[in-house]
Amino acid sequence: MAKITLDNLAHSYLPKPESEDDFALKELNHDWQDGEAYALLGSSGCGKSTLLNIISGLLRPSHGRVLFDGQDVTDAPTAERNIAQVFQFPVVYDTMTVRANLAFPLKNRGMPADEIARRVQKVGAMIGMEAELDRKARGLTADAKQKISLGRGMVREDVNALLFDEPLTVIDPHMKWELRTQLKKLHHDFGHTMIYVTHDQTEALTFADKVVVMYDGRVVQIGTPQELFERPAHTFVGYFIGSPGMNVFDADIEGNAARINNVRVPLPAVYPFGSGHMQIGVRPEFVRLAEGGEGVPARVLRIEDVGRHKIVRLDAAGQEVNATLPEGAPVPAGADRIVFDPAGINVYENAWRIAPEGRREAA
Amino acid sequence: MNKTVNQKAWFLVLPVLVLVAFSAIIPLMTVVNYSVQDTFGNNVFFWNGIRWFEDMLNSERMWNALGRQAVFSAIILAIEVPLGVFVALNMPKKGFWASFCLVVMSLPLLIPWNVVGTIWQIFGRVDIGLLGYTLDAIGINYNYTQGYFAAWTTVIVMDVWHWTSLVALLAYAGLQSIPDAYYQAAKIDQASRWAVFRYIELPKMMGVLMIAILLRFMDSFMIYTEPFVVTGGGPGNATTFLSIDLVKMALGQFDLGPAAAFSIMYFLVILAISWVFYTVMTNLDKRDVR
Repeated sequence: MAKITLDNLAHSYLPKPESEDDFALKELNHDWQDGEAYALLGSSGCGKSTLLNIISGLLRPSHGRVLFDGQDVTDAPTAERNIAQVFQFPVVYDTMTVRANLAFPLKNRGMPADEIARRVQKVGAMIGMEAELDRKARGLTADAKQKISLGRGMVREDVNALLFDEPLTVIDPHMKWELRTQLKKLHHDFGHTMIYVTHDQTEALTFADKVVVMYDGRVVQIGTPQELFERPAHTFVGYFIGSPGMNVFDADIEGNAARINNVRVPLPAVYPFGSGHMQIGVRPEFVRLAEGGEGVPARVLRIEDVGRHKIVRLDAAGQEVNATLPEGAPVPAGADRIVFDPAGINVYENAWRIAPEGRREAA
Repeated sequence: MNKTVNQKAWFLVLPVLVLVAFSAIIPLMTVVNYSVQDTFGNNVFFWNGIRWFEDMLNSERMWNALGRQAVFSAIILAIEVPLGVFVALNMPKKGFWASFCLVVMSLPLLIPWNVVGTIWQIFGRVDIGLLGYTLDAIGINYNYTQGYFAAWTTVIVMDVWHWTSLVALLAYAGLQSIPDAYYQAAKIDQASRWAVFRYIELPKMMGVLMIAILLRFMDSFMIYTEPFVVTGGGPGNATTFLSIDLVKMALGQFDLGPAAAFSIMYFLVILAISWVFYTVMTNLDKRDVR
């Protein structure tokens, strides 16, 4: 088990990167604390897998260093890093039995046979495949194969870190829950550092202590699920996390108020004048509907009842806006305005969140 | 599921049947015809039963040719399959050199049999051939027209040169279909190079490799042109393989009856061995799937 430090890390697949756009992974400094469970969240192609492969040593970063407990391992091969990694698509050794598959990583490390047998039995139970240990891995279903892949990662108890690259994509929903619970239990029991790559926010938010959100090769925010919800550091975080995502409006900021479509919207604090592209972001949970009076004019397009709450889709001067209403709350019949709860408003300059004036950001 | 019964569907198979009948069955029947009849000329034939077959089965000449043929095919497979796999494993996976290798590897496959024969016939000549002259110059006694060993070596090296590419290309295709994740997982699991080959590459190549073995077996078992051009079956009968012997018998001696019986048995042997191959292949696939 180890603390993993990324020191000025960046990666480009091009031999001579010139501009920032050439980098698949933009410069990044981060400590992955020993024993924490992280989720790496982002849409496809944002550099998540690149980052993961750099940590596991499958890819050598073009810039910067990777340190395990302060020791530089940038040039160390995967084998020396003692890392377990599970991939998006199941990798099993077809010609081996399930048991031999699970034993394979231990055998390659020269572990005594009785210890291997003990661990394989235990992991077999964990992934619910005890009954199938002696059959060939060939011909198993995709989710059984993925369980074996997961098992091969979990069977090594002394690993520095466990990395998961969207491991549950091919698994059916009910089993997903089950396996995620197993992974959490494993984390709880052994305290491995875990990094879990996913593009599914539910998976990320339920699995991890800390969620790392990536966008376009850059880490845009690292925080607890609550932080990501309340104070998205980047409009992408606001949009990507939450269902539906945050509403973002172009706005003029005038101290303690913003102006959207020439309607004044009060802000929770005084914001500095910004010269960039100014926007405000409001999560649907903080949008209320009103009939007449103050507020941004909007037209109700449709209402979706998703059980626990209702999602109201509105149109505000050509822009789609979402509002969620708690279960049982009526939708005003003549609703033609939307009003924002000031506590739920964040202000963005060039897509990055800015802090209000005279008030320090709580970290 | 309910299947519709419609016997008219058989008509859809008819064109294929007609085609196969004209291209294979009817010509084959003339061979069958010859194999059970004898003639004293003037196009008058009489029934001869299975005498030709008995003759052939008791003929030492045929057994010798079959023996040589079996040894030849065995050597060819023993060299070309491992060598082809080895070449495939060492070919670049992508980029310019991958395409370059593919083109270079394909070249021998595009050369007609008799041209290959001619190339090696000249290449191996002691007086004007680069190979023969060089070997002679460095003191190796090499003459494929006289030495038993030299003749066999030439024929085998020629076949390896001509056909290893086929095995290599098929194996390469099998290798290319292995996703990167397998190699990455193997690294994570600290698998040795041998283990990667044994548990990842070989199982994934097995299907195409079986096809390669089947093709190379059938082809080498029927080989005619190349050894005929290079050695003419000699020295003596050293490289007289089944086809060469068959042609000698049918066209050289004009023994059509025995030759026809011989061809039918030859055909049946290839059919039987291919059937065994095929059965083994399909069972390998099914064995572990319950």
